[in-house]
Amino acid sequence: MKLVVAIVRPEKLSDVLESLFRAEVRGLTLHRVQGHGGETDRVETYRGTTVKMELSDKVRLEIGVSDHFVEPTVNAILRAARTGEVGDGKIFVLPVEKVYRIRTGEEDQAAVTPIEELAPI
Amino acid sequence: MQSFEPLISSSPKLNSSDTAWLLVATALVLLMTPALGFFYGGLVRKKNALNTMMMSVCALGFVGLAWALLGYSLAFGPGNAWIGDLSMALLRNVGLEPQGTIPHLLFFAFQGTFAIITAALISGAIVERMRFRPYLAFLTLWGVFVYAPLAHWVWGGGWLAKLGALDFAGGTVVHINAAAAALVAALLLKPRKDYARQAILPHNVPFTLLGAGLLWFGWFGFNGGSALAANSIAALAFVNTMLAPIATLVVWTLLDLSRTGRATAVGAATAIVVGLVAVTPAAGFVSPISAILLGAFAALPSYFALLWRARTRVDDSLDVVAAHGVGGTVGALLTGVLAQKSWNGVGDGLLFGNPRQLLVQAIGVAATIALSAAGTFAIVKLLAAFGQIRATARDEGLGLDVTQHGEEAYSRGEGAILVLPDLGTPRELPHPAAPPALLRGEAP
Repeated sequence: MKLVVAIVRPEKLSDVLESLFRAEVRGLTLHRVQGHGGETDRVETYRGTTVKMELSDKVRLEIGVSDHFVEPTVNAILRAARTGEVGDGKIFVLPVEKVYRIRTGEEDQAAVTPIEELAPI
Repeated sequence: MQSFEPLISSSPKLNSSDTAWLLVATALVLLMTPALGFFYGGLVRKKNALNTMMMSVCALGFVGLAWALLGYSLAFGPGNAWIGDLSMALLRNVGLEPQGTIPHLLFFAFQGTFAIITAALISGAIVERMRFRPYLAFLTLWGVFVYAPLAHWVWGGGWLAKLGALDFAGGTVVHINAAAAALVAALLLKPRKDYARQAILPHNVPFTLLGAGLLWFGWFGFNGGSALAANSIAALAFVNTMLAPIATLVVWTLLDLSRTGRATAVGAATAIVVGLVAVTPAAGFVSPISAILLGAFAALPSYFALLWRARTRVDDSLDVVAAHGVGGTVGALLTGVLAQKSWNGVGDGLLFGNPRQLLVQAIGVAATIALSAAGTFAIVKLLAAFGQIRATARDEGLGLDVTQHGEEAYSRGEGAILVLPDLGTPRELPHPAAPPALLRGEAP
């Protein structure tokens, strides 16, 4: 199993989510984060105070997947999050030691495999 | 402004009660423009909040100045049936002499607040995608070349005034005018890149409710002040301005409840504005019970126009057409139905034995739409010939606050590095006589 961590532009989030759902990636967590990735500083002015904004808003996605799902997941994000300008973000793929699904107690591969039939809401 | 005759035939006597009320009313109407900024600002996404509010705030400056230098004269100078003249350009001949029963200068200022908010109203159709410089140019040109001539037609002794069109406080001049311009501008500017692809949700509904409340407050000056006197007609217009939106709010809420089972806050704010728009042309012409009927009825077309518009490719983003165009048209036509001479002393409508009035009202509406649409089309095309009027897709994605204004509405200040001004060495400062120790802030 791997943990795919992707940091993307907030304005590309809708596109990324759509692309992930098309790739049938079902489970993910996201955080609103701030970071710096070599973009040009944004200059803002409030009355006499001029500031350089060194941190930009980003969205960090965490997706636990089984090994054969890593490539489709990464490709889906690459396709949707790219604008071609500095600041598009990064994707990290990390090894995962153990995964449990809390509801059933399933472990590892079974725990990151989406259930086939969703329970009626 | 039902019986205004430019610069002539007014009894040359100031009335201090009238003057006092118009002083207050002018301030009330001026408040409506920042209130509109809150109304619109709450309805857009967080990244465009300042840009949207600035679209209203800057109208105060740019349209206000254009009005003082040129617009007022084109609207209220004697001129001909179609446009005023330059006799009052640069505020020449606008002094403290009586205009009716108030100082001419005060009449000019009261009218200026109307020009400002009318131009600002258009911005609701083009939010989240227009570059700010062409927007400012658009506002200024529109205020002078579309608003001023139309104000002349209806209030400045022009052909619609002579025809007998009843428009108490600006159903045609303000609302239908702004809505026709909004539709043309939205079509020429094309939809936002995310329109009909992603859900675009209001970022601060409490702002929208605050804006609606302040608009209602200011509207008492808008309609009540349009009597141009502190008299019984002002009281009638004032009370009708309270009653019509009340009825609209009730009907709108019931429509919401019956359609979705939930009364929405954005719906309530919209209902208040629709009721106010609808009663604007009628305020001083109809009985209070007619105002309630008018307000209640006005909810229906606007409500369904909103629902229909959202399913089309027309990105009139904040529904200027459904609220101001449809509401204004309903109000202007119903004025021709419900006007009652026993209340207003001016004229009757269809229900009270004067069917011709309804026809005159319809001509007023059609003429307004024609002038506004043509003028707006010409101005937008002219500006487009000089450069890009639409923000780039990248800027639209990042939001117009950062890209157009270099500010954020809700900055957290994290990661902000202060850029210290380069003060140079003491020798280069403009006070060579002061000892360097003083300049450094040390005790002498």
